Amino acid sequence: MLDSCIIRQDFPILHQSINGKPLVYLDSAASSQKPLAVIQAMDEYYRSYHANVHRGIYQLSERATEAYEQARCKVAQFINADSWREIVFTRNATEAINLVAYAWGRRNITAKDKILVTEMEHHANLVPWQQVAAETGAQLAYIPIDERFCCDMGAYDALLDERVKLVAITQMSNVLGTILPVREFVTRAHAAGALVLLDGAQGVPHLPTDVQSLDVDFLAASGHKMLGPTGSGFLYGKRHLLEQMPPFLTGGEMIRRVTWEGAEWNELPHKFEAGTPSIAEAIGLGAAVDYLSGLGMENVRQHEVELTRYALERLSQVEGICIYGPQQVDMRGGAIAFNLNGLHAHDVAAILDREGIAIRAGHHCAMPLHQKMGVMATARASFYVYNELTEIDRLVEALDTARRLFGG
Amino acid sequence: MDDLYREIILDHYRNPRNKGELENPTHTFQDDNPLCGDRIRIDLKVNGDGAIDQVRFNGEGCAISQASASMLTEMISGKTLEEAKALSKQDILDALGIQLGPVRIKCALLPLKVLKGAIYGLPATFDEEG
Repeated sequence: MLDSCIIRQDFPILHQSINGKPLVYLDSAASSQKPLAVIQAMDEYYRSYHANVHRGIYQLSERATEAYEQARCKVAQFINADSWREIVFTRNATEAINLVAYAWGRRNITAKDKILVTEMEHHANLVPWQQVAAETGAQLAYIPIDERFCCDMGAYDALLDERVKLVAITQMSNVLGTILPVREFVTRAHAAGALVLLDGAQGVPHLPTDVQSLDVDFLAASGHKMLGPTGSGFLYGKRHLLEQMPPFLTGGEMIRRVTWEGAEWNELPHKFEAGTPSIAEAIGLGAAVDYLSGLGMENVRQHEVELTRYALERLSQVEGICIYGPQQVDMRGGAIAFNLNGLHAHDVAAILDREGIAIRAGHHCAMPLHQKMGVMATARASFYVYNELTEIDRLVEALDTARRLFGG
Repeated sequence: MDDLYREIILDHYRNPRNKGELENPTHTFQDDNPLCGDRIRIDLKVNGDGAIDQVRFNGEGCAISQASASMLTEMISGKTLEEAKALSKQDILDALGIQLGPVRIKCALLPLKVLKGAIYGLPATFDEEG
């Protein structure tokens, strides 16, 4: 495991008490905390070299441009993209997916076509495709999950015919923790002539991710779930696809030339970055990627495997608990959804908050999945590099407190 | 032991008053809070004098929403529709006697919203925030 004592020193927010108890932050699947390196990188930009990027003919702007573009290169390297031109900065994964839905989906999907998504998609990788289907007349079909909380690959094969234009799947479920066999999905999709969009909002922060070996066509991710600032995210797209796509938003920065009659688009990736971008946020994301690379993504994954193994073992001993997600740690990440018998997830989360423990409760932006599981809501604990085994002990103790409080 | 889960709230949650449904209610309404999945239905039987003879609530959700519904049925039993109309969100919060953040306040006020929907025959529009 990673030395969380040392790592925790890098995260100032963790050193505080909530309701008189040391904070235990178990909601990184919603948003991770930020290391000093990220906070300082953004602070330094604002203090010493803030200027707009790309057009200034003076030192500050040149420094800002260099830092902004360096961040892009760091992201490209982090996911092993072939070129920095394949990385488009967005506000978050949701915006990245919408970019594809608008600029690629609405151009390439027709009433004859099918879009496949899994039943465990976050609304961010579901609603945009519902909209594309509604507007184009295409059919949206769902790849079912089986009793092990994994995708039914046989059902996937059965759905995958020549009408399918796009398979949009999550790398890791934000509710169940299930890690999808992405390479397997891609091989079969490509054989059927479909493209694959990977929602990496949960996967990229926690798993080594190599877009070339996965061979995905698009990858969306959010910076704030991977130690970076809110308002940062990116879209990876294969170059020939991005080249063919029209701009998503238009205006300044994304043009090469504008006349009274019209405009020519800028080259990749600037064609997709209209207006002044989130410069500080991109620089912060670059620092986050450096931090994660410094730890090593294999080590990050191993750390979370150990946390998840211990958490599943301890949680399964809590009376009246129901855990939703695969049991085997090699098939899942560190987001664990559960319910306590007879307690609403909101009550569980509220009682845990009294104990200084932050978890999520609700439908986690996956309402159809909860409907399928027959529950209104679940509680969810999720882990990251700064979490320790002793925090899982605190979680289990607090759950016992909750059970006793409502048990009477 | 716990501010948010005062004994009175736990009591109403564990032993809800007037839980169930009425046959042939004069007024009925159901609404939910999709964010957390709280669901409340309220049935009323109002007599010729405009008084609430019988009230039942049904639903599922967190302790705050269910306790609030249970307490609300006690508050309006035997009251006139006019008196029930006059109930404000502050009356509910006073009865619960707890401080609630912006998310949980929606749970607490859902039953009142449903009651007003039953009385007026359409979803209520009062401000839930703050």
